[in-house]
Amino acid sequence: MTTIVKRPPVSQAARARRRNTNLAGYAFILPWLIGLIVFTSVPMFYSLYLSFTKYDALGAPQWIGVNNYVNMVQDDTFWKALGVTFKYVFLLVPLRLASALAVALVLTTNHKGIGLYRTVYYVPSLLGGSVAIAIIWARIFGSNGAFNGIISALSGTVFSFNWVGEISTALYSLILLGCWHFGSSMLIFVSGIKQIPASYYEAALLDGANPWQKFRYITLPALSPVIFFNLVQGIINAFKAFSEALIITDGGPLNSTMLFALYIYKQGFSYFKMGYACAMSWVLLVIISIFSIFVFKSSDSWVHYES
Amino acid sequence: MQITAKSHAMTPKKAFRSIRFHALALLFGLVMLYPLLWMFASSLKPNEEVFTTVASLIPSRVMWENYKIGWESSGRYTYATYFGNSLIIAVFSTIGGVVSSSLVAFGFARIPFKGSKVFFAVMMATMLLPQQVLLIPQYIMFKSFGWINTYLPIIVPQFCGVPFFIFLNMQFMRGVPRELDEAAEIDGCGWFNKYFRIMLPLSVPSLITSAVFAFYWSWQEFLGPLIYISKPKLYPASIALKMFSDPATQTNWSGLFAMTTLSIVPVLLVFLFLQKYLVEGVATTGLKG
Repeated sequence: MTTIVKRPPVSQAARARRRNTNLAGYAFILPWLIGLIVFTSVPMFYSLYLSFTKYDALGAPQWIGVNNYVNMVQDDTFWKALGVTFKYVFLLVPLRLASALAVALVLTTNHKGIGLYRTVYYVPSLLGGSVAIAIIWARIFGSNGAFNGIISALSGTVFSFNWVGEISTALYSLILLGCWHFGSSMLIFVSGIKQIPASYYEAALLDGANPWQKFRYITLPALSPVIFFNLVQGIINAFKAFSEALIITDGGPLNSTMLFALYIYKQGFSYFKMGYACAMSWVLLVIISIFSIFVFKSSDSWVHYES
Repeated sequence: MQITAKSHAMTPKKAFRSIRFHALALLFGLVMLYPLLWMFASSLKPNEEVFTTVASLIPSRVMWENYKIGWESSGRYTYATYFGNSLIIAVFSTIGGVVSSSLVAFGFARIPFKGSKVFFAVMMATMLLPQQVLLIPQYIMFKSFGWINTYLPIIVPQFCGVPFFIFLNMQFMRGVPRELDEAAEIDGCGWFNKYFRIMLPLSVPSLITSAVFAFYWSWQEFLGPLIYISKPKLYPASIALKMFSDPATQTNWSGLFAMTTLSIVPVLLVFLFLQKYLVEGVATTGLKG
C-alpha cells in the first residue's frame, strides 16, 4: 500500500479507467475462461484422480492407488502400442516435413502455372482426417485394391498383397496416408521461402555458391523457425493420431497398428476400463511434454530468428 | 505441352526443361489426386466392376443411379438424415467457434488488462494438450449432464473459443493500426464499441478463414459423434459412412463410394470459393489443415 502512496497521486478518473480496462479484458476472454475451467481444467484433474481408480463408468470409481500404472508395465499391448506409436511418429514426421520442403522448393522456382500445382497438392490436406478418405485408403490398399491393380498392370503378373492387412506393411500404409497430406506444411514452407530476401542469394552467387550450398546455408537457416513450428505440431498430432487407425486397420493385424491414442480409446470405450485409460492418457501427456520440451530446448542450437 | 507465343524466345534446352517440369508436376498431381479420382470413378462404375477393373478410372458404363442406391441403402434412414445431422453440427460449431474466438482474440490482442500475458501463455499451452487426456472425464461429465445422444458435447465447447482460431484472429488484429483505436477513444468509444464498430468489420478476412476451418473440422468430425452418439437417427455422415463400410457386410461398394464422394463435395466447394482465405490462413499461422 505504501508504494501507492509514494507515487504521484493517481486521479480518480485514471483509476476508474484502469478498472474499466481490466473488466473489459476479462469480459472479452470470458468464453475462453469458462471453457478453460469447465472443459479443460476440471476434466484434467478428474482424469488424474480417475487414473488412480478402477472405474467402469457404471458404479463409483474405486481407489486402487498406483495399480493402473503398475499394470501398465506388465501389459504387453501397452508396450506394443508405445513401440508402434514411436515408429509411426519418427517415420511420419520427418518424411512428411521432408516431402513438404522438397515440393515447396520445386514450387518456388520460376515456372508458369505453378500456383495450380500448389493448389492440387494441397487438396489432400483438406480431407486429411475424413472418414471418406480412410475408407478409400483401406480399399485401395486392400488385397483386391487399386494399388495391386496398378502393380499387376505394370508387372504383368497378378498381385494380391493385402497392404493394410499384413503385419509387415499395415503401419506403413497409415504412414503413407499421413504423408499424403503434406500440403499444409508445403504451403507454409512456400510462404517462408518467398520471404527470404533475394539479395541473400545474389550475394551467395557472387561468392560462387552452388545450389546445395545456397540451400544449406541460406534457405535452411531462414526456414528454421517454420521447420521448428511444423516439427512441434507434427509430433504432437502424430502422437494423437487415432481415427485413421480405427477405420482402416482397427489396430490390427496383431496390434501392429495399435497406435497409443487408439489403445486408450479401446480401453476406455470398448473394455470400459476408464481408470486405466486415464492413466495411459497421462503417460501420453508426459511423453508429448518431454518431446515438446526436448524440441524447444534443442531449438536454441538450430533455429535462427532474424533479429 | 503448349508452347505459347511468349516462349518462342526460349532456347530448345529451356523449352525441354519447362516441358519436363510440367510433365513431372502433372504426373505427381495425378498420383496425389488418384485416390479421389478412384473414389469418384468407382462411384460411377457398375457395382460388380469396382474391384474387377480396379485400377481403371473409366467406368464401362456411367451409373449415376449409384448415388440414388447409396443414398437409400442404409436401412431406416437415408443419407438425407445423416448429411442433415452433419450440417447441424457443422453450422452450430462454426458459429460458436468463430464468434467466441473473435471476442477472445480481441481481449488478448488489444486490451492491456492485468493477467493477460499469463492467460495467453496458458491458452497457447492448451494447444499442445492431447485431447485423449480429456476424453474420459469429459464423457463422464457430459453423461451426468444428460448430454449423451445430443450434439451438445460437440457444439457447446466450441462456444468457449478454439485456441487455434483465437491465435489466428489475434495475428490479424495485431496488424490493424492502433491509431484507429485511439481515434475511437477520443470520440468517446469504450472497448465494446471499439470491437463492434472498428475491429469486427475490419477483421472479416480472419473471420472467414476461421469459419472455413471450423466448418471443415466439424463437418468431418468423427471422434465426438463416435463417443456421444449411438442412435442411428442422430448419426452424422462420418459415423454412417464408417458403419456401412464394414467389408463383412457391405456389398454395394459403388453406392458407398457415391456417398463418400458426396461427403467431400462440400469441402471441395468451400475450398473452390474461399481458397484465398484458406491459403492465407495457413501461411500466416502455420496451421495444420
